[in-house]
Parts: sequence; structure tokens; C-alpha cells
Amino acid sequence: MYLVASILFILGLKMLTRVKTARNGNRLSSTAMLLAVVATLLDMGQVDYTFIIAGIVLGSAIGAIMALKVEMTSMPEMVAMFNGFGGGASLLVAGSFLFENVFAGNLAFGGILPMDTTITLFISVLIGSVTLTGSLIAFGKLNGKISGQPILFPGNNILNLLLVVGILGSVVFVVGFNEDPNIAFTVSMTVIGLSCVLGVLLVTPIGGADMPVVISLLNSYSGLAASATGFVLGNNMLIICGALVGASGLILTQIMCKAMNRSLANVLFGGFGQADSGGGGGKNDDAYHSVKSCGPEEAAMIFESARDVIIVPGYGLAVAQAQHATKELADLLIKNGANVRYAIHPVAGRMPGHMNVLLAESNVPHEQLFDLDQINDDFQNADIALILGANDVVNPAATKDPDSPIHGMPVLKVWDSKTVFVVKRSLSPGFAAIPNDLFNYDNNMMLFGDAKKILTQLVHELKEMVD
Amino acid sequence: MSPLLIGLYVFALAVFVGFEIITKIPPTLHTPLMSGANAVSGITIVGALFCARTADMTTANILGFLAILFAMINVVGGFMVTDRMLKMFGGKK
Repeated sequence: MYLVASILFILGLKMLTRVKTARNGNRLSSTAMLLAVVATLLDMGQVDYTFIIAGIVLGSAIGAIMALKVEMTSMPEMVAMFNGFGGGASLLVAGSFLFENVFAGNLAFGGILPMDTTITLFISVLIGSVTLTGSLIAFGKLNGKISGQPILFPGNNILNLLLVVGILGSVVFVVGFNEDPNIAFTVSMTVIGLSCVLGVLLVTPIGGADMPVVISLLNSYSGLAASATGFVLGNNMLIICGALVGASGLILTQIMCKAMNRSLANVLFGGFGQADSGGGGGKNDDAYHSVKSCGPEEAAMIFESARDVIIVPGYGLAVAQAQHATKELADLLIKNGANVRYAIHPVAGRMPGHMNVLLAESNVPHEQLFDLDQINDDFQNADIALILGANDVVNPAATKDPDSPIHGMPVLKVWDSKTVFVVKRSLSPGFAAIPNDLFNYDNNMMLFGDAKKILTQLVHELKEMVD
Repeated sequence: MSPLLIGLYVFALAVFVGFEIITKIPPTLHTPLMSGANAVSGITIVGALFCARTADMTTANILGFLAILFAMINVVGGFMVTDRMLKMFGGKK
């Protein structure tokens, strides 16, 4: 039965590769999960179900409520949270295993558990703890409870290294040289504590702009944690599932890093934004010398005659909940005979594919969505590039200014189109904390204000003109 | 072969399968993929179930109970939210 469940998981994942089959794929995976749980319960035979039922009922209820209530805009927080729970579950399983098999008998490790089990147990503890606390920090950063700015103190990386060494040292000591049960207990708890601290310190130095990378990475960790648990329990299905998730998280991490032209190491240890602030962020005041702005009426006139419009959504759109207004504008433009497309930068939003979900929520057909590579050469033919709450992903400095910290990052070449409209609340910089020279360009117009409000006004004006 | 060795084999092969499949997923589906994968990582539930087999108030059982709770939130929440998203993708056809 575990074999069947594993196969179903893989098939479910395979079906996720196509939009059409994705939903059934997800259902298949959930069936597999149910099967796995039932199989386990049968396998266990007659046991006391008090805790099991309580846990399942309560957990399901909490999970269901969270899933139904969450706004699509706060999906990244949700995923970060769930990553944390996954890691936490692995940590708890390992902890429970420790108590049941080791501490309950008041024993040390040597002799009771085979060496390999002990080692995988500690790997499980380590990854689980790091995922748990790291995810909580990521969650805090995403919903603004913790500053999105990188928090990096001198020696941060050295301290992390020391923590890793401390954890490894403790494990080697307790596995190899210790016979005293009390010390075994103390050291195990220390390992958990150190791992939790490590999780926090790994994420705090990472800036808000890099959150997509971190979430992907933590996603990968949560899979690896499940895998490690599988090793402890000698359960191949857990190993398989964990490996699948681990691989998926890792691939997404890679894609995100590539989209920002940074190496993973750079994201993890760079403290991006802070280190560069001297290079650009400080000059914010005099960076904008020839910014032009206009009102919705003026903009509507240009939109009215536009034949080819490319919309570039960014996180600002999500914050303003403007996805429906965007769709309304797009519909109006299409009715007016224009060709409307959306250009989605891989790191638009706060997690991989976030924009696509938001636009799908407002029923934008996914045929109108285009990736960076597909659409970038089309901007030169476009009449209008409408930028909604995006900043760093349309910064010309990335291609034109070799000194810019984001130089080399793939960006959308919106400035090639005839007119660029930027809907933005102010001239404040994006997450990378650098000014955007685009706003000075001759063909650029700023529409200052809340994206939803501006778009609604624009739709209103345009309607009057068309009718 | 020792169980550990078999486990490592399985792990390595599964990673390859994962890579093969997931590189084919279009960016549009990255967020559902992530939340879906997240739900799958709740497979730890299987391990958690073993940890709370009796009704005794032992530390092991309480930790096991919490593990079930966490894993279940992950599983149910993850699958439901993924379904919600995918419904939106499919809904407009």
C-alpha cells in the first residue's frame, strides 16, 4: 500500500505539470496521503486512538480554516507557515522517538539504537528545527511583523558556522563517546536549541526582496526533514515523498536565484540591500530630476488610442488588491480593439508564480500571461507598458549601469515601448533599495496613487471616451 | 543491504524523479506546486501516528500528538489551498 501511495504521489506531481490536469493531480496526491494514513493505521494494529484522533481532527480543522480564509495575496505567508509546520512535525517525531526509545529507559545512545538510526535522528532534529524557526522568521518578515530589511550583525556568518560546528560536535560526542543518560538528554536538548537558533540566524539577514528564494529553500528543507524522518523510521515512502519535495524546492530556489542573477550563497550570506545602500540608496533625493506625472484623464486618452498594451504586475498590485481592477481595464482595452498581454517576471510578487495566482483569481486567461523570455523583445513594438506596483524588475540600471548592485539581473525592457505608465504610490525604492532611473525617462509617466484607485479611475475615464 | 543503504538508494532515485518532473512545470503553476509539495511533506504524519499509540500521558505521546497536529494542518491546509488556487486556474475555461 505504501508503494501504491508513493506511485500516486509521483503521478500527482506529474499531473501538476499541466494546467489542465493540475487539479486532478492535486486530488490524486491527497488521495495518496489518505491511503498512506489508512495504511499506517491498519499496520499499527489495535492501539489506543485517543491522541491520534484528537490530533487528526484538530489539525484538519485548523488546516481547513486557514486554507479557506487566506487571501490570495497572503499566500506566501501561508506557505511559509506550512513549511514551518512540516519542519516542526519532523522535529516532534524525532523528539518523540528520542523520548520513547532513549530517555524513557533512562539510557544513553550507545547500545540501544544502531549508529545509523541515531545519526539520521539528529539530522532529522537539525533540519526540522531549522525549518521551523526559519519559516517563522520568514513568515514574520512577509507579513511585516519583522522588518523586511536584512538584519545582519558583524560575525553573523561566523556565529552560524560556530553553531553548525557545535551541533555536529555535540552529536559526535553523544553518539560516540557518551555513556551517561543524563548527559545524553542534556546534549540532545542542546542540539535542538542550537538548531532553532541557527534557523533564526539563517533567515534574519535575508532581505524582503529575497523572500521568494528563502521560501523555496525552506520548502526544500521541509521535504528533506520528512526524508530524514523516513530514514529514522526506515520508511521508504517518507523518504520518497521527502525527496520529491526537496527536489521541487531546490529547483524553484534555483529558478528564483537565476531570475535575480545571484548565486544562492550570495542570497544566504549577502545581506543584500544593506551592503549596497552606500552605492545607491543614499542618493534617493537627487536621483529623480526629470520625473513626469499625469492624471488618469490624460492617461486614458493615450490608452484609448493604444493598440498594443503590455501590463507588468508587481507586488504593489497584490498589496492594493488591484487584480480585479486590472482585469476590468484589460477587458475594456480588448473591447476597444487593443491587444493586451501580461509580462510576468519570475520574481514578481513574493513567491514563485505568485502573480499568476493573483491574476487567475480575477479570471485573467493564462494565455495572456507571458514569461520574461517570451515577451521581452515585444516591448519595442508595444504602445504602452503599464507597470503596476513593480519597481526593481523594470529597472534599466540592471542592463545599463555596470555599477548597480542589480546589474545583470534579467529585467523587463519596458522602456523600449512608446509610452510607459508607472502606477505607484510614491517614488520610494523597491526591495533592492535602489533608485529607478526609468522614472526619469522621457517616455515615462508616473501615475501616483493607490493602484486600485488609479485603475478604477482609468476605467471610468476610458469608458466615457469609448462610449 | 542495510536499511540505511536501501534508504539512500531510494532517496537518490526519488530526487532524480523529482528533478525530471518538476523542471517541466510552467512558472504559472509554481505557487500551487509549492503549496502542493508542502502538503506532501506533511507525509511525516505517517511517522507521527506511530508516536502516539497509547493513551498514557508520556512526553513521547504528547510530542507525538503535537506532531500529528502539525502534520495534519500541513496536509489538510496544503491540499485545500492548492485546490482553491487550481480551481481558479481552471475555472475560466
